[in-house]
Amino acid sequence: MPVPDLSAAVDIGGTFTDTVIACADGGVLATSKVLTTVKDPADGALSGVMTALKDIDRSLADVAGFVHGTTLATNALIEKRGARVATVATEGFGDILEIAYERRHSQYDINIEKPDYLVPRRRSFAIRERVTVGGDVLVPLEEAQLPTLLENLDQCEAEAVAICLLHSYANPTHERRLANLIATARPEMAISISSEVSPEAREFDRMCTTVANAYVQPLMQGYLRSLSSLFQDKGLGCPILMMTASGGITTVETAMRLPVRLVESGPAGGAILAGRVARACGADQVVSLDVGGTTAKLCLIDDGRPQMARQFEIARAARFVKGSGMPVRIPVVEMIEIGAGGGSIAAVDQLGRLSVGPQSAGSDPGPVAFGKGGRDPTVTDADVLQGLVDAGRFAEGRLFIDSGAARFSLQQKIGEPLGLESVAAARGVSAIVDENMASAARVHAVESGKDLTKRTMIAFGGNGPLHATRVAEKAGISQIIIPVDPGVGSAVGFLNAPLSFEMVRSRYMTLDRLDFAVLKSTFDQMIREAEGFVRLGDKVSALIRQRSAFMRYKGQGHEIEVRLPDRDLKKDDLGELINAFEDEYRRQFSRPVPGMVIEVMNWGLSVSTPEKAPERSAEPVSRAKPVPQEHREIRIAAERVSAECHRREELDSGDLVQGPALITEPQTTTLVGPGWTAVVDDAGNLHLCRRGRA
Amino acid sequence: MTDVDLQVMWNRLLALVEEQAQTLIRAAFSPIVRESGDISAGIFDAEGRMLAQAVTGTPGHINTMAEAVKMLCGRFPSQTLRPGDICMTNDPWLASGHLNDFLLMMPAFVDGQIVGYAACTSHLADLGGRGMGPEGTDVFDEGLLIPPCKLVEEGRINALLLEIVKANSREPVANEGDVYALIACCEAGVSRLTAMLLEFGHDDLNMLGHYIIETSRRGTVQAIADVPSGTYRNSLIVDGYDAPITLAAALHVSADHIVLDFDGTSDCSPKGINVPLNYAAAYSVFALRCVIGPDIPNNAGSLGCFSVTGPPGCILNAQPPAPVAMRHTLGQMTPDLIYGCLVQAIPDRVPAEGASALYDLPIRHVAEVGHDPDQRFAVEFVHNGGTGARPTRDGLSATAFPSGVWGTQVEIAEATAPVVFGRRELRTDSGGAGRCRGGLGQRIDLSPANDHGFLLSLSVERMIYPAKGREGGHAGAPGRIRLGDRDVPGKGDIRINPGETLIFETPGGGGYGRPIDRDKELVRKDISDRNVSKSSAERDYGLEEPN
Repeated sequence: MPVPDLSAAVDIGGTFTDTVIACADGGVLATSKVLTTVKDPADGALSGVMTALKDIDRSLADVAGFVHGTTLATNALIEKRGARVATVATEGFGDILEIAYERRHSQYDINIEKPDYLVPRRRSFAIRERVTVGGDVLVPLEEAQLPTLLENLDQCEAEAVAICLLHSYANPTHERRLANLIATARPEMAISISSEVSPEAREFDRMCTTVANAYVQPLMQGYLRSLSSLFQDKGLGCPILMMTASGGITTVETAMRLPVRLVESGPAGGAILAGRVARACGADQVVSLDVGGTTAKLCLIDDGRPQMARQFEIARAARFVKGSGMPVRIPVVEMIEIGAGGGSIAAVDQLGRLSVGPQSAGSDPGPVAFGKGGRDPTVTDADVLQGLVDAGRFAEGRLFIDSGAARFSLQQKIGEPLGLESVAAARGVSAIVDENMASAARVHAVESGKDLTKRTMIAFGGNGPLHATRVAEKAGISQIIIPVDPGVGSAVGFLNAPLSFEMVRSRYMTLDRLDFAVLKSTFDQMIREAEGFVRLGDKVSALIRQRSAFMRYKGQGHEIEVRLPDRDLKKDDLGELINAFEDEYRRQFSRPVPGMVIEVMNWGLSVSTPEKAPERSAEPVSRAKPVPQEHREIRIAAERVSAECHRREELDSGDLVQGPALITEPQTTTLVGPGWTAVVDDAGNLHLCRRGRA
Repeated sequence: MTDVDLQVMWNRLLALVEEQAQTLIRAAFSPIVRESGDISAGIFDAEGRMLAQAVTGTPGHINTMAEAVKMLCGRFPSQTLRPGDICMTNDPWLASGHLNDFLLMMPAFVDGQIVGYAACTSHLADLGGRGMGPEGTDVFDEGLLIPPCKLVEEGRINALLLEIVKANSREPVANEGDVYALIACCEAGVSRLTAMLLEFGHDDLNMLGHYIIETSRRGTVQAIADVPSGTYRNSLIVDGYDAPITLAAALHVSADHIVLDFDGTSDCSPKGINVPLNYAAAYSVFALRCVIGPDIPNNAGSLGCFSVTGPPGCILNAQPPAPVAMRHTLGQMTPDLIYGCLVQAIPDRVPAEGASALYDLPIRHVAEVGHDPDQRFAVEFVHNGGTGARPTRDGLSATAFPSGVWGTQVEIAEATAPVVFGRRELRTDSGGAGRCRGGLGQRIDLSPANDHGFLLSLSVERMIYPAKGREGGHAGAPGRIRLGDRDVPGKGDIRINPGETLIFETPGGGGYGRPIDRDKELVRKDISDRNVSKSSAERDYGLEEPN
């Protein structure tokens, strides 16, 4: 019997469950794509893994590492399928969720509703206690109120309780005591406390995060238990590790305590993949573009590290409008998501303006060209009409492409109102959706204080490679990399994620008066907690720690993250800290502000196992021009041009393809636009370069 | 050049102004800017016509910037401008209604010709004088006024001007930081605009500008055509500083244009709650555009279909040197005034009156500790009452409208000022009863956490005249402010001493439709959510078994 040497990654998405099986050196041996089994997603995961293992004639017993990501938590939040949650706040502050930020997320819409924060006022309770901003107890916890509180919890039939007391990030004793009291009296109750879930100042954000955690906890605990026992019964000998939103992995135990950290783990896997490709190719400034059927996700990646954020919004009512969802403060890979994908619907509004998305035809009914009942023209229909989609090879030839229907619908719904013939209408649809993606990338870069034009784009997802050169031109980008296997990018990314735990704690100080003793004890405690979580999954590896401070000029609202050395700070470090902050500030805003006090709002810590560095692939060198499979007429911009068509699997390292050209593979097609050149590197990545711009 | 190409450029322009706005917000120091987005950013053509304005920001700048740039273009003819120049002013009657708002405008050059302008406005923390409060008796009391001038010449900042701005402020460093942020915003707009023209191979904005303005004008005219023509009049009595004030309006709707006239409105107040017309117009046009063509972007085409006028010297068309520091208090009441006109034309599309004016709490240290940098502070907490019920939906509790600001978090407030909150909760029964209920106000209890207490500068509304309901809906509860058990008026400065508690209750919104017609299930839900008491359910809603 062979020693277990395989690793498996399973990504359960809304439609498909993707599995990747790799050998010890990381090489992909087998993949599978099966339909997600909505009723019990663990079934689909098992059948996906078994299918892939069968392909290489191996069994679950051969699997030594298992990483899993799922949209289950995200979907429960979006579809409101979580537990009945009650909240407990400090007396006098029971309306934190109702009051929120006192704002409307859409300026001109007078018929707007506030987002649903999952807990109505009738399940919001309070208890007498008060801690000050400095963490001192102003009013002790009134334990005599416990019986009434329990009675209220019983009466509203709460299944989970979220406790968020004022300033608990500074002193968690009341929250912990209350949680213990409730747990003793109601052992079956799922309890989340804010000082553990999200120990940061801003009571509304912290309450939301705690509620979201409590809301998905019973569901995720049940799922993770049944998943673990299902795979164990079938012979899996290693623990299952869970992908988190931060792009790291964690143990099932931690995932059951902090299930809110599992949201959006699939897209995080894509960013991890892009980060590895960036390092392998030596691209130190990257923007990843992951375009699927419904949305496009963009992430900025510097030095191979995806940009991180501390806040994320779930279940936006107005799908992509900031502020229309529920904020959760967890470590996440920072991405923007816009309603631009293959299924995005094109329409002409009452002003005669052409718009694309955010409504999507999804996979059902899907684009008109799929002939499954779709009537509204989509981005994919426009691509079909421009000759960019190989009707015979699309989706490995399993899907019939009806270009006549696509033409008719574009002509009728777009061309006629705008006075354009159908191909011109198709070009318009492409131009608008590509502009939307490029604009989102530009605004996102500005919000992050970064320049977009110097970046290399790494494009994947079913529609990323097809739109990459067109989006890049609009964004002023002239280098693109299309990785190998762009269709199952997220699951491949899971395999390379480190075991990690990130935390942020609020401890307000100004830089001119740092309290080094408090700082030391704060970090010591954070290290103990974070390492404890990582050690659950790895007892032996040396751990990597990264400390950071979130700094700003006193009075500003936007914080800049400054990395700190991994040791206790002392007075001599001050000059270095100020320099680091001002350097970053100058980079973002052209000049630092003289004479201003600098304040630190939050302190961050990330603990992770070392990542295996990707093998550096050589600079691509073009040696040969392969003979195209065929030529096809495509329509790019206003021109009708003849494009070379190649199959990706038949291209060799060093092959050079001049645009306009199409490079097809089973799940996607890469468009090499006019003016672009593609070269294949040793690892099989496609490097696209805009001529005269490199 | 097809329409689709022009639309792509239009989308680019809209993204570009958002980039400008983000640059400004991220670099700004003034808390009201970063927490509440009290800014504006826009791109203008060579004639000074606005082509795009960032959606980020509050309505107070909607029209004002469009008019101000036209004026600055007249003041600084193109032959007097060089690349790298930036013009500015904070004149309340030119910029945005009070001295704190700085307006900057920068020309964009292509081949030595001006092709357009980038402009932005934001609120600076302090410009001296009596500061942000209603106590000034003329604009000279209120701080430093800078007439239109060049702040930056060919890339060099006018150092003397910056020194003057700093020397006349209690927050010199923050002011300097905010001026830098405004400059960065202009520079970002201009460089991206010229890059865009280069990319699309255009030498000017003429064709794009014409397309944007014509398309938006056509759409707005269509929307106006849905409103029956006629003249609709309304008046609104508001608390005022020490005597009630009448705000009056006549809305003249014709086939393709709407004119709003404030004739009949009371004269100016001796205190700083007067409103320059540019600011009154901003909130008025905002209110109209929320109902008439809300999807059409703001630009010279869509805004050109609305004009606002009023007799000079009335409180909504205050003339220099009237004090105007708190112009937003009454400026934010104009939407209720205008909806009272509009409801006569289109009854099913207009909400009931709301709390409307912000309930902000600008607090600062007491005078005797002013010498001690450790005890000095000045912050502004922003809170709101309830919005008016909509024809088919309840009002929103504790939510800003018409302003777009964000409310303050208790934990952040306590970290930035020596105060402790004793309570922050919705006020049961404060929403006006109706088929659709008005939004609830909130109650905030605030005490000093230091040994000296603090000063509070109040300028709030609807303490005497609450938000009225529509179609049989009841009025919302008025606001109420107490120091212990003593009632305090809504405008003026007060001191809260250690051991005292300020009880700050914000107003509720008005109801819509008769309460008796409200779905009884909703009334029962309101009882269990403590939005409505059992006694109000019986008395106002006619619920027979409130249990």
